[in-house]
Amino acid sequence: MSAFPDSAPSPDTAAAEAARSPGREAWRVFRRNKAALLGLALLGLVALVMLLGPTLYPVDPFGLASQPFTEPFTNAAVPLGSDYLGRDILAGIAVGGRATVTVGLAAAAITVLIGVTVGALAGYFQGWADELLTRLTELFQVLPSLLFAMVLVTLFSPSLTVVTLAIGAVSWTTTARLARAEFMRLRRLEYVNAVRAMGAGPLRLMLREVLPNALPPLIVSATLIVGTAILFEAGLSFLGLSDPNVMSWGLMIGANRAYILDCWWAVTFPGLAIFVTVLGVSLVGDGLNDAFNPRLHQR
Amino acid sequence: MTASTTTPSGDDAPLLAVDGLSVQFQTRRGTAHVLDEVGFTLARGQTLGLVGESGCGKSMTALAMMRLIPQPPGRIAAGSVRLHGRELLALPEAEMRRVRGNRLSMIFQEPMTSLNPVFTIGEQIAESVRLHLGLDRRAALAHAVDMLAAVGIPAPARRAHDYPHHFSGGMRQRAMIAMALACSPDALIADEPTTALDVTVQAQIFDLMAELRERTGTAILLITHDMGAVAEMADRVAVMYAGRIVEEGGVHDILERPLHPYTQGLVACAPGRRRTAPGETLREIPGTVPSLLRRAEACAFAERCEHARPLCRQRPPPGSQPASGRRVRCWLYPETTPADTASPA
Repeated sequence: MSAFPDSAPSPDTAAAEAARSPGREAWRVFRRNKAALLGLALLGLVALVMLLGPTLYPVDPFGLASQPFTEPFTNAAVPLGSDYLGRDILAGIAVGGRATVTVGLAAAAITVLIGVTVGALAGYFQGWADELLTRLTELFQVLPSLLFAMVLVTLFSPSLTVVTLAIGAVSWTTTARLARAEFMRLRRLEYVNAVRAMGAGPLRLMLREVLPNALPPLIVSATLIVGTAILFEAGLSFLGLSDPNVMSWGLMIGANRAYILDCWWAVTFPGLAIFVTVLGVSLVGDGLNDAFNPRLHQR
Repeated sequence: MTASTTTPSGDDAPLLAVDGLSVQFQTRRGTAHVLDEVGFTLARGQTLGLVGESGCGKSMTALAMMRLIPQPPGRIAAGSVRLHGRELLALPEAEMRRVRGNRLSMIFQEPMTSLNPVFTIGEQIAESVRLHLGLDRRAALAHAVDMLAAVGIPAPARRAHDYPHHFSGGMRQRAMIAMALACSPDALIADEPTTALDVTVQAQIFDLMAELRERTGTAILLITHDMGAVAEMADRVAVMYAGRIVEEGGVHDILERPLHPYTQGLVACAPGRRRTAPGETLREIPGTVPSLLRRAEACAFAERCEHARPLCRQRPPPGSQPASGRRVRCWLYPETTPADTASPA
């Protein structure tokens, strides 16, 4: 076997390059983005509250802890004050994050699952499948999403599961359109044809060749969907359409909305918690967007 | 491995036989006859050069043989493609998948975009091995490293873990060849394998292909518009024009004594094939390839041909055999012409 030394890059650059996978390259770009790192820190804070909050501050958020309308920072028993029933706001913040973030993540997962499946099938197979699925997507798109979700929640019981499914059911259309566009673009690429010429079937081509390359924009949109889903849940809670038996940040805002002028703190603190979470998610999403942008990669 | 069980006895049966292959595309302006009764044969260890200018149907022939033509607009209207005597066009799609990449492989024009950017080179070669040979992950990766060594990648065990963007164009084309040959196919279709590479790397890739052909006996269908590549690699040459094969013969006959006026033009166009005096302009063939929307009711080349006669514009020329092993489709060589290989004009 003849060797062709001139066709190989010089050994030192090869060694330096060899360790660098696309994932690491993306992390390198992400790390340079200060806002994205701040978002990551905010999400870390939220995760900490979710995981340790109830352990560190074991107070029943539904229990009556003090007099109603206790102002924040005046009573050590209720550091962030109490609401119109005398329930501890800090306890609500500590416990409510779990429900809020879980609904956000689960609804985003459902959104991505439905959206990517519909979009992938439409974009890959085209023809009548595309026609059918695109019409279906448009059908969902023309329905006002909040109203549609409200109808779904009122039709069934307002439990967290139903709320999650309802949010997923009304918000998958954007993901579907994005996935469809990506699959349409990628299925024509040479390496997909090359693997097709290797004898791969459509399922393998979709899952192994096309999907991994469609992931960057989908991941970015998924993070943003987490933020929207959290806001969506808060909105439903605010309208009194979420599960009244599970403490969530949205529920706190919803319950106290009538007393917003008498105890601003009962809506402001859970609102801030939601704000911090959604901001963190959005900043990380933006950072990922940059990290997956090959034009920002240094070679 | 499934294909070889149906191998007919008799060594003179061609490994790969394409016959009467016609492909049509439905367009808004009518039916385009992209391939019109294309036929050729390929024996074990042989290389057939398929030449012609852009748009003449070379790549379409390859895709039709692999049954990879996009089906809604395109359609294989007629013909047969036999590998070891087994009709590929009649196979169910699942069976055909077992032939692709396994018995009949293909390498593409663009090595820069023919590898998936998110997987390592080794994983991608191993993928095709796992698909057909049923090896487990580790055995497949080991086989991939062997293949990389066979195509001359230095330090193959290490380079197998590299991503495509770590490879130069020439090395990527080597990796593509490794992938295509990983299951030791009977035949390899190389669709302009060196067009995107620079000249020195082109020569290396051809050397590699020739060497692997010697070692494995894989037949090669080399699709190219480079007459120099044909002279170097091919045993036989088929010249395509407007979806038809207009001339076929041994590489020396075609290059030294081209019969069809189009082939004569092609050979004359190639720089370096014939001595050009300094300052003399290279010859060109006037005009462009005709629209494929009208099915040839005449010779498709008549409009550009300096020997065209009224007959050429009235009826399509029949195929004739002016000498043994040569076929030409031109009115200058009617069926009755005795074996005479002298050039006209």
